[in-house]
Amino acid sequence: MTVSIESPRTLPQRRGVNWEKWGWIYMRASGVILVVLIFGHLFVNLMVGDGVHAIDFAFVAGKWADPFWIVWDTLLLFLALIHGANGMRTIINDYAQKPSTRRVLSGALAGATVILLILGALVIFTFDPCPAGSPADLLPKFCGDIN
Amino acid sequence: MPEKSAGGLAEAQPLDQIKHNPRPGGTLYRGREGMWSWVLHRITGVGIFFFLLVHILDTALVRLSPEAYNAVMSAYKTPIMGLGEVGLVGAIGFHALNGLRIILVDFWSVGTRHQRLLFWLVLGLWVVLMLGFVPRHLMNVFGA
Repeated sequence: MTVSIESPRTLPQRRGVNWEKWGWIYMRASGVILVVLIFGHLFVNLMVGDGVHAIDFAFVAGKWADPFWIVWDTLLLFLALIHGANGMRTIINDYAQKPSTRRVLSGALAGATVILLILGALVIFTFDPCPAGSPADLLPKFCGDIN
Repeated sequence: MPEKSAGGLAEAQPLDQIKHNPRPGGTLYRGREGMWSWVLHRITGVGIFFFLLVHILDTALVRLSPEAYNAVMSAYKTPIMGLGEVGLVGAIGFHALNGLRIILVDFWSVGTRHQRLLFWLVLGLWVVLMLGFVPRHLMNVFGA
């Protein structure tokens, strides 16, 4: 008995950017950076001094008076939220069976991600450490020198 | 000639029998370290993601007014939220360490061979991390 085997199917020609590959690379590259950024964030905010009790408006204003923490927190915002959103995209694609469900969930995820990235960036870069009319005891000490 | 042909497999296991078999052969994940690291990575990842959404929104209140931001931050300082922060840091610590394990499995030539050992290493480092964080944090929360 002779068996004839069809010639193997050739892979379809790929065009353009392989986004899934870059997503895979992004998860690992951003992950390594996020380990440093988040552990640093947690150490400074929860371990040093009075920990969580020290966090208030003046604490944040004091940090964002230093460009170092503006860069740190901006990187955190973008790297972490995109890392998280891409992870959620993976989970949606794993569990959403119907294409319509997948579209709705992916759309909501993309919308929430873009809105929060814009909101977060605006908050960091339009932040006013000494808003007019606020009680002085809620503001960082350096506001007394300005107002 | 093998006794069972490929077609015989379906005949040997009718559909109703497969349904009642909780663990049919050929499943990819069979418990053990590889599967549980994956399950924990997923659960901690989803948890951290939803916290991140809330955390961006609560931080955005610094743009509204000092009073609004301080009011929402006082909620983070309550004992119940203090325990929640232990859970959050625990989830982040595991996700971070297991993420590094995934990178080693992907890029280190012998990472795949030692993936089980690496999982226990992750758990060990996680315990060390939590021993460093939890007492300090609970002192801050409960004011000792």
